[in-house]
Amino acid sequence: MSRSAVSPGAAVGAGAVGAGAVRDGAVDGGAAVGGGAVGEGLWATLGRLHRLVPELTAGILGTLGLAIIATVGKVVVPVVIQQALDRGVWDGGADLGVIGVSVGFAAVAILVTAVAAYRMNVRLYRLSESALATLRVRAFRHVHDLSMLSQSEQRRGSLTSRVTTDIDTMSQFLQFGGVMLIVSLGQMVIATILMFVYSWQLTLVVYAFFVPLVLATHRFQKRLARRYGAVRERVGDMLGAIAESVVGAQVVRAYGSQQRTARRIGTTVEDYRVAQTQAQTLVAGVFAVVEIVAALTTASVVVLGVALGVDDSLTTGQLVAFLFLLTLFVMPIQSLTEVLNEGSNAIAGLRRVIDVLDTPTDIRDPGADGGGRLLPAGPLGVRFDRVGFAYPGGPPVLHDVTLDLAARTRVAVVGETGSGKTTMAKLLTRLMDPTDGTVLIGDVPLSEVRFDSLRRRVVMVPQDGFLFDLTVAGNVRYGRPDATDEEIMVAFEQLGLGEWLAGLPAGIATRVGERGDLLSAGERQLVALARAQLADPDLLVLDEATSAVDPATEVRIASALLALTRDRTSVTIAHRLSTAEAADEVIVVDAGRVVQRGTHADLVAVPGVYRRLHESWAAGVSSR
Amino acid sequence: MPGDLASSVASSFAPRRRARACVADAAAGATDGAEAVTAVEAVAEVAGAGADAAAVSTGATDATVDVPAPRATAGRPAVAGEGGHAPGVIGRGIGILANAVREEPRIFAAAFVGSSLYALATVATSLALGEITERVVVPSIRDGHADWSTLLGAGAIMVGIGFARACGLFLRRLVSGMMQYRLQATYRRRVTRQYLQLPLAWHQRHSTGSLLSNANADVEAAWAPIAPLPFAAGVLVMLAAALGLLIATDPLLALVGCVVFPAFGAVNIIYGRLVSPLYGRVQQLRGEVSGVAHESFDGALVVKTLGREADETSRFAVKAQELRDAMIRAGRIRGMFDPVMEALPNLGVLTVIVVGAVRIDAGSLTVGELVRVAYLFTLLAFPIRAIGWVFGELPRSVVGHERVTAVLAARGGLTHGTAQLAGSGPAALQVSGVGYRYPAPAAGRPTAEDVADPAGTVDPAGTVDPAGTVDPADTVDVADAVGVGRAALSGVTFDVPPGRVVALTGRTGSGKSTLVNLLARLVDPSGGTIRLDGVDLPELAAGEVTGAVALVPQQTFLFDDTVRANVALGLDVGDDEIWEALRRAQADRFVRALPAGLDTRVGERGTTLSGGQRQRIGLARALVRHPRLLILDDATSSVDPRIEASILADLRARAGAATVVIVAYRRSTVELADEVVFLAGGRVVAQGTHRELLNRSPGYAELLTAYDEAADGRSPAAAVPAVPEVAP
Repeated sequence: MSRSAVSPGAAVGAGAVGAGAVRDGAVDGGAAVGGGAVGEGLWATLGRLHRLVPELTAGILGTLGLAIIATVGKVVVPVVIQQALDRGVWDGGADLGVIGVSVGFAAVAILVTAVAAYRMNVRLYRLSESALATLRVRAFRHVHDLSMLSQSEQRRGSLTSRVTTDIDTMSQFLQFGGVMLIVSLGQMVIATILMFVYSWQLTLVVYAFFVPLVLATHRFQKRLARRYGAVRERVGDMLGAIAESVVGAQVVRAYGSQQRTARRIGTTVEDYRVAQTQAQTLVAGVFAVVEIVAALTTASVVVLGVALGVDDSLTTGQLVAFLFLLTLFVMPIQSLTEVLNEGSNAIAGLRRVIDVLDTPTDIRDPGADGGGRLLPAGPLGVRFDRVGFAYPGGPPVLHDVTLDLAARTRVAVVGETGSGKTTMAKLLTRLMDPTDGTVLIGDVPLSEVRFDSLRRRVVMVPQDGFLFDLTVAGNVRYGRPDATDEEIMVAFEQLGLGEWLAGLPAGIATRVGERGDLLSAGERQLVALARAQLADPDLLVLDEATSAVDPATEVRIASALLALTRDRTSVTIAHRLSTAEAADEVIVVDAGRVVQRGTHADLVAVPGVYRRLHESWAAGVSSR
Repeated sequence: MPGDLASSVASSFAPRRRARACVADAAAGATDGAEAVTAVEAVAEVAGAGADAAAVSTGATDATVDVPAPRATAGRPAVAGEGGHAPGVIGRGIGILANAVREEPRIFAAAFVGSSLYALATVATSLALGEITERVVVPSIRDGHADWSTLLGAGAIMVGIGFARACGLFLRRLVSGMMQYRLQATYRRRVTRQYLQLPLAWHQRHSTGSLLSNANADVEAAWAPIAPLPFAAGVLVMLAAALGLLIATDPLLALVGCVVFPAFGAVNIIYGRLVSPLYGRVQQLRGEVSGVAHESFDGALVVKTLGREADETSRFAVKAQELRDAMIRAGRIRGMFDPVMEALPNLGVLTVIVVGAVRIDAGSLTVGELVRVAYLFTLLAFPIRAIGWVFGELPRSVVGHERVTAVLAARGGLTHGTAQLAGSGPAALQVSGVGYRYPAPAAGRPTAEDVADPAGTVDPAGTVDPAGTVDPADTVDVADAVGVGRAALSGVTFDVPPGRVVALTGRTGSGKSTLVNLLARLVDPSGGTIRLDGVDLPELAAGEVTGAVALVPQQTFLFDDTVRANVALGLDVGDDEIWEALRRAQADRFVRALPAGLDTRVGERGTTLSGGQRQRIGLARALVRHPRLLILDDATSSVDPRIEASILADLRARAGAATVVIVAYRRSTVELADEVVFLAGGRVVAQGTHRELLNRSPGYAELLTAYDEAADGRSPAAAVPAVPEVAP
C-alpha cells in the first residue's frame, strides 16, 4: 500500500505543474527557455524553419505547379454555367452541341484538377511530416545536449512538450488547416481574377464588403486567442483539482472532506464550461457576421448586376457565374478566424521549438569535432584548481576550492544543505563547468576531455536511481551496452547482490516498470549500483540517496557500496556520516569552501564544522 | 493556481517528475481536444472534411493516451480504431446520442430549430436565386429594362433569407456547443463525485492517469458527436426539403440528386472506415513518442553521465519516424478525400447542366429552374458532410462512453450504520481476526498491464528485450511481487485499551500501511472486525469515524491552498487552535517564517516546503482535530531526528488524551510505545513490550538491530536516516 501511496502522490504534483506547464507553454510562449524566436515575425520564423530543415522546400516548383492546376480547376463550374446560360440554353431551347463540348471539357478539367490536388496534398503531407520528424529528433538530441543547468527539473516537463505536443500541434495544423489555408487563399485569388474578368464593377462591390470584414477578422482572432487561452487555463485548473481528489484520496477520506473537494472540483468544471461557451459564442458570432455580409453582398451583386446587364455590360450567364464565384470567395473567409487561430498556435509551437534549438549547449564535447584529449590509462586522481561556481544570476556557491584527491582513495564530501557539495559532484562529472578555475582528472583539464573517454572512465551514481521501463538486465546494460547476461549477473554477484537478484520473480529478466516503480526505492538503488559496477569506471562519483529505505535493503546497499568502491577512486557526496566514518578521507564543505579535510578520526578530534555535524548526527542517532 | 500545487504536492520522491510531465501533456492534449471540436468543425465548414472523426480525435485523444503510461494505449481498445464501424458500435453510438438528447431535450430542441432554420434558408436561397434569375435577371437583361421596385424587392428577399441563415447558423453553433459543454460538465461532475464516493480500495486499483483521463478525455470523447449532431439533424431536414424542391422542379433532375447525394454519403463513410484505423495508429504512436521522450528526459542524468545521448536519440528517432510514416499514410487517404469531395458536387452540377439543357430543349424546364438546381447542388455539397462527422465520431464516443459508464457503474462505497460514539477521551480499539485481500486489478488499466509491455521495447543496447515480448505468466509474477490480488493481512488480532500507545512494526510489505487504512476505515477488511469503543466500524454513522480518528499517512498530501486551509481542511477552527496544533507538530516556527504565515499558499514560488516540513503540517492537521484515536503511519520519517524526538515526547506526554497507533521500525519510536505489534507477511507474529519482543522474537530483534548497528556506527554505511534536514 505504501507503493500505491507513492505513485499517485507523485502524479499530483503533476496535475498541478501540468497546468502550469500548459500555461507556460501556450501562453507565455517559449519565454521559459530562450525567448529569442518568440518576438520574431512570421516570415523570420519560417525562414529559420527553412534553414533548420532545408528539405522542406524540396521540389517546391512542382508542388506550386500542382497547386496552380488544383486551384484553377475550382472555377470550372462557374465558367460552364456562364457558357451554358449565355450560349447553350435559353427559355424554350438549348444548343446541346455547345453544352456537350463545354461540359466535356469541364469534366476533364475537374478530373485533372482532382488528380493534381491529390498529388499536391500528398507531396505537402510528406514534406511537412518529414520536416517535422527531422525537427523533432533534432530538438530531442539538443535537449540531451543541454547542460543540467538548462535541463532543470522545472523545465523538463516543458522541454518534453517541445518534442511532443508542440510538434504534434504543428502536424495537426498542417494536415487539417494548413494545406486548406493554402488552397483557400488560392481559391480566393482565382475567384477574384475571374470575377474581375466578368465584371470589375461587381468585384469592387464584393471587396467593399469584405475588405473591412477581413481586417476585422484580425481583431476577432486576437479575442478568440484570448478566449482559448482562458479555456486552456481552466482545463489546467480542472485537471489540477481532479488530480488532487484522486491523489489525495486517502486524506480526503480520512478527514471526511468529500463535500469540500466536490465543491472545489464543481467550481473548476463549471468555470471550464463557461470559458468554452464564451469561446464558442465568439466563433458563432463570427460565422453569423460573415453570413450576413455574404447575403448583403449577394443581394447587392444581383441588383447592381441587373443594372449593369440592362446597360449591356453584363450577360445573364456572367451574372449567375459571378454569384457562383462569390460562394467560392466567401467560404474561406467564414473560417479564417479559426484557421488563423490554429495557425498562430502552430507557429507559437514552432517558435518554442526553435527557441530550444537556440539555447546554447554550454557544455560542449571537445571530441565533437575530432579534437579533445583522452583520460590517461590507469587509476585516476582528481584535482580542483581554484574552482569557483555560481548559478547564472545567483550568488557563488563554491569559492576558490583547491583540492587534490589521490587515485584509489575513498573520499567522502560532507556539509550542510546548500554547502555546495552536490555542486562539486556535478563539476566533477562535467554536468556543469566551473565559473572560475579548472577541474582536472588524471591531470587533464576536464573541459578538454573527449566525452566518450569521460563517460567511460568517470561514472556517477545519482541520488535517485532512475530506471528505464525495461528489465533489470536492460537497465544494468545501460552501463555497458555490449554486456552479456552472464556479465550482468556477475556484476550483481560482485556487489554481493546475487541473493537479492535470485529473489526477483524473473531474475535479471524482471521488468522494473516505469521509472522502476515496481521496485522499492532501495532496490532501484541496487540496480543503479550494479549498472555502475558493470560500467567499471576508474572514478566513481556517488551522490548518496537521502530517502529512507527499509533496514534490510539499507544493509545491502551499504555492503554493495563497499564492494563497488573497492580499488577505485571514489568521491561520495555523503548525507550520512557513517559513510564519512568509512572513508579514507573526509572533505568538509561549508558555505562553498573546503574548511576541513582529513580522516574521520582526525576531524572528530578537533573542534570545527565536522565535529558539530557529527554531534548533531550522533544526537539524532542516539535518540533512536 | 494549479501550477503551485505542483511544488506543494510533489514531495521528495523521484516518480513525481514523470507524472508531472504526463499530466502536463494531459492538460495540453485536453485543451487541444477542446479546441479541436470547435475549431476543426469550422475548418471543415470551408473545404476539407476537417471535422471528420479523425481530426477531432487526433486532438482530443492526446489526453487519453498521454496521461497514465503513454504505453497504456496499447492495452486499451483501439481508440476510434478498426472495428469501430461494426454495426454494434454504430447502434450503441446512436443509443448514446439518444441518451444525450434525453439529458438535454430543450437545448437540443433549440439547436435543432437553429439548424433547421439554417437548412430551410439554404434551400430557400437556391429557390430564390432561381426565381430571381427567371423573373428578374433574364427578362431585364433580355429586354434592356429593369423594374427597379421588383429588383430591390428581390434584393431584400435575398438579404432576408441570408439573415435567417445567419440566425440559424448562430443559434445552431452556439447551442450545439452549449449542449456539448453542458453534457461534459454534467458527466465530469458525476464522475468526480463518484471518485469521491468510491472506496479507497477502488482507487488503489486504478492509476491516477486513467482516472484523470476518464474525467477529462473520455468524457470529452463520449460527447464529441454532439457538436455536429444538431447540424446533421438539420441536414436531414435540408435533404428532405431539397428533394421536395427537386421533385417539384423536374423528376429527372430529382433522379440526378438521388444518385449524387447518396454517393456523397458513401464516400464519407468509406473515408471514415479507411482513415480511422490510420489515425488510431497515429494516436498510439504519439503516445509512444511521448513515452520515450518523457522517460528519456526524466532519466537525463543517467543518459548524460553514461554518455548515452546518441543511443537515446536513435531510440527516439525510430518512434518519430514511425509516427511520420503513419501520418503520411493517413495523409494519403486524406489527400484523396478532399479532392473527391470537391469533384463530386462539381460533376453533379455538370450532370445537372446536361440533363437540364435536354429538358429545356424539350420545353419541360426553364432556365431559372436550371440555375436553381445547380445552385442547390453547390450549396448542399458542404452541409451534407455533417452526417459523416457524426458517424465518424461514434466509435470514439462509444469507447469514451463505456469507460465513463464503467466508473459511474462501479459499486462498493462504504455503507454506514446509525450508531454514535458515546464516549469522549481516548478511544478503545479492538481488532479481531482481520484479513484483507487486495482486489484483482480492474481490466484494462492497472499496474500489471503497464508491466507487460506488448511492444517488446527495444532496449538501449538495441536488442529486442526478450522479456518485452508478451508473456502473461511473467506479468502475473511481477504483479504478484507487488502484492496485487494477494492476501495482505490475515487473522490480525490485537487490542488497544484507551490512552495506550501501540507501535505497529514489520518489514516493508508486511501489511502495516494496509492495516492502518483499515483502522481508519478507509477500506473495510475482507474478514474480521475492527471495533471502536466496542462498536464495529461499519455500524457507525457516517462521519463518526472521521470525527474520532485521525490518520497521518506516510506521504503527506497537501492541497494547493494556504497553510491554514491545509491544517483546518474544512474544520471550523480559529487561528489560535491552528497555531497550537502547529506548535505541537513543531511546525510553528517555520510557518511563522513563511512570507504570509498561515496565509501562505503551499508550493507558491519560493515557499516550497521540505519533506519534513510537509510531514509536520500533515501532523498538525491531525492534531488540530483532537482525535480520540491518532494513527501515525511512519509520519515523521522525513523529520529531523531531534525534532521528531520532541514531537513524539509531546505525544507521549499527552498520551492520556488520545489512543495512539504508530507505524515505525525505529528503536526510538518503538521504545515510546506501551506495546509493540510485530507484523510479518500480513500476520501478527509477536506482540508485547519492546523488551519482551527483543528477547522473544528473533525477526523483531533482527529488524531493529539493523538500525542499532548503524546507530553505533559499526557497519560503515548502514542505515541511519539523515543528518539534520540534509537534502540535495
